[in-house]
Amino acid sequence: MNWPVALPLVTMLASSVAALALLPYRRTQEGIALAGMVALTGAAGWLLLETWDGDILVLQAGNWPAPFGITLVADLFAAIMVMLAAIVGLAATMYSVGTIDAARERYGYYPLLNILVLGVCGAFLTGDLFNLYVWFEVLLVASFVIMALGGRRPQAEGALKYVALNLVSSILFLSGVGLLYAATGTLNMADLSLRVAEAESDGYMTAIAMLFLTSFGIKAAMFPLFFWLPASYHTAPAPVAALFAGLLTKVGVYALIRVFTLIFTADVGYTHTIILWLSVATMVTGVLGAVSHNDVKRILSFHIISQIGYMTMGLALFTPLALAGSIFYIAHHIIVKTNLFFVAGLIRRLGGSYELAHIGGLAKSKPLLAVLFFIPAFSLGGIPPLSGFFAKFVLIRAAAEEGEYVALGFALGVGLLTLLSMTKIFVEAFLKPAPEGHTTPPGRASGWNYVPIAGMAALTLVLGFVAEPFFSAADEAARQLMEPEQYITAVLGGPE
Amino acid sequence: MELLLAVTVGVLYAAGLYLLLRRSLVKVIVGLALLTNGANLLIFTAAGLVRGRPPLMEAGETVPAAPFADPVPQALILTAIVIGFGLQAFAMALAYRVYRESGSEDVDALRTTEDPSISLPKVGAGQ
Repeated sequence: MNWPVALPLVTMLASSVAALALLPYRRTQEGIALAGMVALTGAAGWLLLETWDGDILVLQAGNWPAPFGITLVADLFAAIMVMLAAIVGLAATMYSVGTIDAARERYGYYPLLNILVLGVCGAFLTGDLFNLYVWFEVLLVASFVIMALGGRRPQAEGALKYVALNLVSSILFLSGVGLLYAATGTLNMADLSLRVAEAESDGYMTAIAMLFLTSFGIKAAMFPLFFWLPASYHTAPAPVAALFAGLLTKVGVYALIRVFTLIFTADVGYTHTIILWLSVATMVTGVLGAVSHNDVKRILSFHIISQIGYMTMGLALFTPLALAGSIFYIAHHIIVKTNLFFVAGLIRRLGGSYELAHIGGLAKSKPLLAVLFFIPAFSLGGIPPLSGFFAKFVLIRAAAEEGEYVALGFALGVGLLTLLSMTKIFVEAFLKPAPEGHTTPPGRASGWNYVPIAGMAALTLVLGFVAEPFFSAADEAARQLMEPEQYITAVLGGPE
Repeated sequence: MELLLAVTVGVLYAAGLYLLLRRSLVKVIVGLALLTNGANLLIFTAAGLVRGRPPLMEAGETVPAAPFADPVPQALILTAIVIGFGLQAFAMALAYRVYRESGSEDVDALRTTEDPSISLPKVGAGQ
């Protein structure tokens, strides 16, 4: 038995149940949620350590051999993602303590947070397509409730748009699962990889692949299916927006990468070309939306979309280097984007508004906040030697090697516009003098609020300055994805 | 029988998608419900229908005699029905909440999330 694979799920389940049972006791709940996240980080660290050298850990639930039972699989990519989920979950919980209002806490904010991270980890670790659907629903239901919890009109409307489009996405996913089972008679992903490769009618498989692309495309907020994201994320409180922005769309990207490297690789010329041009369109529309807005949270929401384009571009190029770039980009993006939303929350609290026209002069009054914004913002913009530079550099090099110069040009241009809109926030919120008649709001930030922000900023610096070991891990994870034989043998047990 | 169910699935998808495109919030929710049930029937039908042949094994056998009804799709649907039920209940509650907050069930009227001139109201210290 490979217990490290199940441990992240067990810890999250335990802490969410405990927090739910102790719902009336606010302080205890906070403690349990924090302890759960710390334990999850430990469990994820163990899992990462076990998979770091390129081993793939497999746990057959109930000892039913694959492909009959449900399989949990941790290859290096999954382990990296679980680690990132744990880091973001821990940071968001820390930020929530003391900033989330009592009403939200009373209605189960912390247990929901844990269930959400449970669903995310489950989606990363499962090796079964229907089980992936179930984990998706676990995380979606938790995110629906967190999104709707305690809000007034804009938040309720944002939640409704989020819920409706994600339900459509789930239905498409389910339809794809049903059709795929009908064609192959299995739902185990490793087994599917073999059976789909043997299947004769490529057109049918490609049609199913497109169903999955649409479904995961909605979840990942790819062009032209991203409209729910800028309509909903900015309505939620800062720690919620940060957690969603960091993690949830990346679960969609993870599912895309998993499915389109393991299962649907028969007609790469067709499917991955579509993904490539969708990626370019995603980058461009996202960044244009960001440039046209003047509200910190809206700008950041649109940047999520444009960054998703880079991640899926790595998948579309479908070379080991490009996939390694994608994985590194995901890691960089999750850390940076979560942190930017944390900082946005503090900008609102200390400056009084998310609207750039209504704030200013924060560099003088809050120099520490300015530094802590500068690091993730300019990492997102791709300034060397911060983490975003290496992530973009690898992807662009991979595009050049494949001769995709149009996509490369767009990626570079979008990078410039990203930098432009980050500079806009920095200049408007921090450097320009406070507008006329601006009064400093009564909001204060305790030192505790700075802890997760500083921690995430430090991680950004580490990813940038000591990129080598992280990049070689991404490289190894990409190798495992490009050569699925190891994954298949690990799950199904091959001739050894 | 397959043909009948296939047509039913098609009608459910078409009606569901049509309702999703309506402006009335209630119709959108009904559309989601129809789509969910269409997807469940799709799994059931696509995996093949076998009548009156439960997957039971004779003593001493390890595989039931073909043809037998595949139990896996039915287990999948059972899970999907439960999940779909929960999600629809939640969607209905949320739609009611939106109606109470905005006084409208016209989807086109739900634009406060898009309008840059409306800044988000304060909702306690949580922002």
